[in-house]
Formats: sequence, C-alpha cells, structure tokens
Amino acid sequence: MSDSKDFTAGVDSNAKKSPRRIVFITRRTSAQVKAETEDQVQTFPEVLFRAAVAVMTLAVVLVWIALMFNAPLEGLADPSHTPNPAKAPWYFLGLQEMLHYFPPVVAGVLVPGLVVMALIVIPYFKVNIEADGLFLKDRQLRLRIFYVGASALSLFLLLFKIYAALVPTLIMAGVMLVAAQSSPQSSSAFRRYLAARPLSYWVMTWFLFELVVLTAIGTFFRGAGWAFVWPWLG
Amino acid sequence: MAKTVDQYLDDLRGTRVWRSIFRSGTGSSTLKRALAIQQNVFLHLFSTKVRTRMLSFSATWYLGTLTLGTFLILVATGIPLMFYYHPSVPQAYADTKDLQFVVSSGLFLRNLHRWSAHAMVFLVFAHMFKVFYRGAYRTPREFNWVIGVILLLMTLLLSYTGYLLPWDQLAYWAITVGSNIASAVPVMGEKIHFLLLGGNAVNANALLRFYVLHCMILPLAAMFFVAIHFWRIRKDGGLYSHDSEPAALRANVATDAAPAKEAQ
Repeated sequence: MSDSKDFTAGVDSNAKKSPRRIVFITRRTSAQVKAETEDQVQTFPEVLFRAAVAVMTLAVVLVWIALMFNAPLEGLADPSHTPNPAKAPWYFLGLQEMLHYFPPVVAGVLVPGLVVMALIVIPYFKVNIEADGLFLKDRQLRLRIFYVGASALSLFLLLFKIYAALVPTLIMAGVMLVAAQSSPQSSSAFRRYLAARPLSYWVMTWFLFELVVLTAIGTFFRGAGWAFVWPWLG
Repeated sequence: MAKTVDQYLDDLRGTRVWRSIFRSGTGSSTLKRALAIQQNVFLHLFSTKVRTRMLSFSATWYLGTLTLGTFLILVATGIPLMFYYHPSVPQAYADTKDLQFVVSSGLFLRNLHRWSAHAMVFLVFAHMFKVFYRGAYRTPREFNWVIGVILLLMTLLLSYTGYLLPWDQLAYWAITVGSNIASAVPVMGEKIHFLLLGGNAVNANALLRFYVLHCMILPLAAMFFVAIHFWRIRKDGGLYSHDSEPAALRANVATDAAPAKEAQ
C-alpha cells in the first residue's frame, strides 16, 4: 500500500520473568494484545522442591502416627455374631446416621446420588459464576424465597425429629439473616464478607456443616441400637 | 583445588550414560530448567512455569500435593503388604495377625497404610472444599472439577474395598452395613448387591472381589484419572488462570500487574 512501514513494533523487555513478547500493531486493524504480565517462576525447581518438602513433612507425620497408634484389629469375622452397633467406615457414618431417620432408598440412594449430581453440575451452574452477594440484587424477592425455603426445610426436619440436621440448618439460616442485613458498606469486616457471599457459598457451607455434624454424631455419639450416647460415658 | 560434591555431580550429569537416560541435559539455565519438566514423561504433565502467586501456602494449602503424597505412601506400603496376604477365608485374618505379630515391621506397615488411607479420604474432601471456596472450578476448568469428583468417589471406593481385607469383625460388619445400602436401589438393588459381593452376603467371593478391586483395578483407574487431573491443570491455564477469575477480580489484577501502562 504505502511506502512506509505498515506497523509499529513493541517489546516487553522483562525477559527474566516472562518470555519476550514482541507485538506488531498494524495501523489499519489496531490489534489488541491480551497479554498477561503476571510474575511467573520455573516449575523446576520452585514448585517441585516445595511439593517434595510438603510430601516429606506429611510422611514424617504419618510415620509418627503409625509408630504411636496401632490400627484396630478385632476378632475373626463371624457372620452369626452381629456387633451392636455395626458401623460403616467413618466417612459413611453421615449416611448411616441418615439411614436412622429415612428409608434406605432415600438415605442410601437418593441423597448420595443427588449430592454427587450436585457436585458435578457446580461449575456448569450459572449462579456460581456470577459470584455476587446473594442478597445484593432483587433483595425483597430473594429474601422471600429464602424465608420460604429455610422454613420449609426446618419444618420438614422438625416433623421427622431430625434434630441433628435441624440445628446446623437453623444456625446457617441465622448467619444468612445477618448476611441479608449486611451490605458492602457495613462497618464490620465480617459483615462485609457475609454480604458478598453468593448462593453457591451458602449451599456448600450448609452441606459441609451438615456433613461434619452428621459424621461426628454417627462416629462419636451413637451406641447400641443406634441410641444417642455421650462418648465420655463408656 | 579439590573438586566439590556439586562439581562431581555436574560431571556425572555430563556423562554419556546420564545423557542417554535424561533427555534434558545439564545446566541451570532457564531453558534447561524448562526442559527438565517438558522432556520428562511424568513431569511434562505440569507446565514449565507457574504464576508466582500459586506458590503461597494460602493459595492451595498444598492439599492436592498432600493427597498425591498419601497415594504414594499407600502404594509403597500396599505392595509389601500384598506379599504377606492371601485373599481367602479364613487365611486373610491369619495373615493380618501375622503382620501384627510375626512379620518384621508388619505392624508398622499396616499402621502406616491404614492411617494414610484415612488421611487420604480426609485430604480429598479438604481439597474439594478448598477448590470450591477458591472458585477454582470456574471456566475453563469445569471438567477438571468433574474429574476431581470422580477421583473423590474412587478414593472412597479404594478405602471401602480395603476395609474388608483384614477379615475381622470390624471389616465384616462395616462392609455388610455398607453393601446393604446397594440393595435399596429400586428395581435392580438385589442384582447390584449380588454383583458387588459375588453372593447374597459378605463371603469368600466378596473378599476376592474386593481384593482385586483394591489392589489392581481401582489403583490403576485412579492413576489414570490423576494423570488427566494434573494434565488438565496445565491445559486449562494453570492456577489463577486469567479466564477463570471473576470479572471484577480480573480487572483488579490487570491494574495491579500493569501500573506502568496506566501512567503512559
């Protein structure tokens, strides 16, 4: 076209931190370069050595535990003698605790199935990606939905006398109410933090809370006939 | 002047045999360090460079790394345990007793395997929640989250199948309680229960099935998915991938990282 050069060239010169980038911007198209200028380090040795130290520290801790505490070993398996209570491994005791309240098809199939499905769809669910505070937009509508949802869930748990799941639900609902009364302009940092939490945060935190409480109750607070016991009373 | 240990090591790395084994060669230049990752069949799952931010402890709490650590310990202790174990009734229980009282360091091996297994289950859960609260599942890393969920289920299955192997009362009844849940599946519950145990109750067939799953099928499948899990971190842009940050945060990073451009 013209006799002069049709582009300008620029160089990002911080060669120690990022590979050298040379950008050519033509006059007619004015290309935009989406460059990341974040600092980077070499995986070897920076990351690999840290990973090695982390794994070695873990190994030291586990070896110490293995030297101090023996793995349990009971008598030979006897199909004719059922221990009371017969407990699953600890990570399934939250489920076993639910089996106490619901029929097996609900507690053993439906609930874990739904949990796995929910975990899988998390990243494909638009509400997570927005990452806006739950009560910052459409406040009145969302509050109304929250009241209906939280009371329905609490009533359901109360009706079936599932206090182990009811208490965490009520605590979470209380914290969410505080969040609803907070805003990014709140004076305390904690309330500003709560105000900015999206829906996905609340659902996951409620799930984590229930998981920990139900597993802990199944592990420590259940004795013969799955009756409630205090762990320190024998 | 006498040579230092480092110089001897450098000489070793320069030998023809060494160079024939390790393709990347010697030296500590940026290029050589990049090649050390890129030219290694295992390490090339990772990127040659990472963002400095991901090194901080608070970024990951090293939970993924530690989970891999427990897996490695479990493989390293599991193989010697297999040397002393027959998956048959009631020999399995006698072998476990022998590990406890007869085999040199058998007690230690079994303890380490058991506690590492519990640690792995705990760490996998912790890793999942950390990734969730960090929002690290966002686009373009969605599918790696799904692979993570698969790995969580595999970890639970690995631990669950291993639970039966000592063939004591604890193992027998824990598996009985757990496998009965399979019967609750509508329509084909009993069939699944039978398929899982190789019978209508936990018996010698169930022990053999769980042994094969625990020592062979599940570890291989887990390694397969772990490899994809690591490889996808690189292919999806790594930790703090620019695309996966929320829009508001991304704007902040851009201004933090390039203050000079604003001044111009």
